[in-house]
Amino acid sequence: MKRDWWKWLLGIWMTVMILGAFLYTPVAKGLGQTTRVLYFHVPSAWVATLSFFISALYSIRYLQKQNIVYDIWAASSAQIGFMFTVLATVTGSIWAKEIWQSYWNWDPRETSIFVLLLIYAAYFALRSAIEEKNQKARLAAVYSILAFVTVPFLVFVIPRIYDSLHPDPLINPERKIKMDPRMLQVFLGSLFGFTVLFYWILRIKTEIEFLKLKLSKRM
Amino acid sequence: MNLRKSALEENVWTLLVKSNIIFQKDFHLEFRTRYAINAIILFAVISLTAVSFSIGPMQLDPPIQSAMLWIIIFFSAMSGLAHIFVREEEQQTSDTLRLVAPPTAIFLGKWVFNVVLLFSLEIIVIPLYIALLNVDVQGMGAFLTIIILGSVGLASIGTIMAAIVAQASTRGALFAVLSFPLSIPVLRSAIQGTWTAIQGGGLADCLADIQLLFSFTVVILTSSIMLFEFIWRK
Repeated sequence: MKRDWWKWLLGIWMTVMILGAFLYTPVAKGLGQTTRVLYFHVPSAWVATLSFFISALYSIRYLQKQNIVYDIWAASSAQIGFMFTVLATVTGSIWAKEIWQSYWNWDPRETSIFVLLLIYAAYFALRSAIEEKNQKARLAAVYSILAFVTVPFLVFVIPRIYDSLHPDPLINPERKIKMDPRMLQVFLGSLFGFTVLFYWILRIKTEIEFLKLKLSKRM
Repeated sequence: MNLRKSALEENVWTLLVKSNIIFQKDFHLEFRTRYAINAIILFAVISLTAVSFSIGPMQLDPPIQSAMLWIIIFFSAMSGLAHIFVREEEQQTSDTLRLVAPPTAIFLGKWVFNVVLLFSLEIIVIPLYIALLNVDVQGMGAFLTIIILGSVGLASIGTIMAAIVAQASTRGALFAVLSFPLSIPVLRSAIQGTWTAIQGGGLADCLADIQLLFSFTVVILTSSIMLFEFIWRK
């Protein structure tokens, strides 16, 4: 129980952030009440990207060391990342319906998250198509790295083709944070909370996989 | 385990000679059965006629024309490029191949074969495309450059993905699923470049697209050569 203090703290932290998102922060001009999706949508998208990065990193480690533990980390991170990608896509799509009057219109942000979904789907399709454990880990790692190599090109090529209507509260041409201080507090707090939440889920997921591995070895 | 080391230590020239031998082997095998080339060309011709047939006498705009061309090339590539590695598994010749040649030579040989396969497809399909869809290509130099670079890019992705799916159980569908996300940069800039070229743009107008196609192909090819060994060895 003593080791779990941070989990309790995270519960309180997230509750405060949710309350803060609805009760404490002001709304942005032109966006109205839909501003509040910011505190859940952006952290989801951030975790989706982070988990993709972690998955590629562990894939490289796997190819270096050929240790199945790294494959478990890579696969678990991808699975959780996929869940957060879906969350970011759905929340973003609902928000787009409200503001842009359509659920989907191939805005650069929508395109890039869609490609991320495709990459994850292909990664899982590949994993499910191979039986042998080491071979599965090897091929999935190679695919993960190749997909990761492609991402910078997507980042470069997609915005060049379409203009984005997506609000940029943090990253904009003037490189300034155009956010109300109260909004920024809750936003950064939520970002932090989501990252710790991701770490927690990742720990649970990998521990389950390690136990499965142990069981299969004993049998 | 020491495959990488031995491949590195090997003289580049012997590597090229060995790649050439692998290419020759695949080329002769292909000539005997003509499986891949038939599949890929027939697929392209059928989809081209389907497009031409369904639009009837209508004249498509350049953006749609260039998108059509790359959709046809992409799906034709998806129907034929996987064959190069799948054949080795189906005919159970891959283990012998592992013994006689270093992985890098095998990858390069098969990559050249896939590039040649896509080029021979285009020699037939591009004139047909220009005739059937009534395309008026004004910047022919840029048009051909984009086609060549785009095909090399698609062939590079196709070859490494073919090596992956050859080891998996469901090959046909998986190949397109795996290749598509990685092909998006190639397809996007190739479509963009073709569009510019059809409207009379020169090489300078498509420079950004050419740069992207070239650099992406180099990056994919380099990482493929580095990673191929992990796919190939058992």
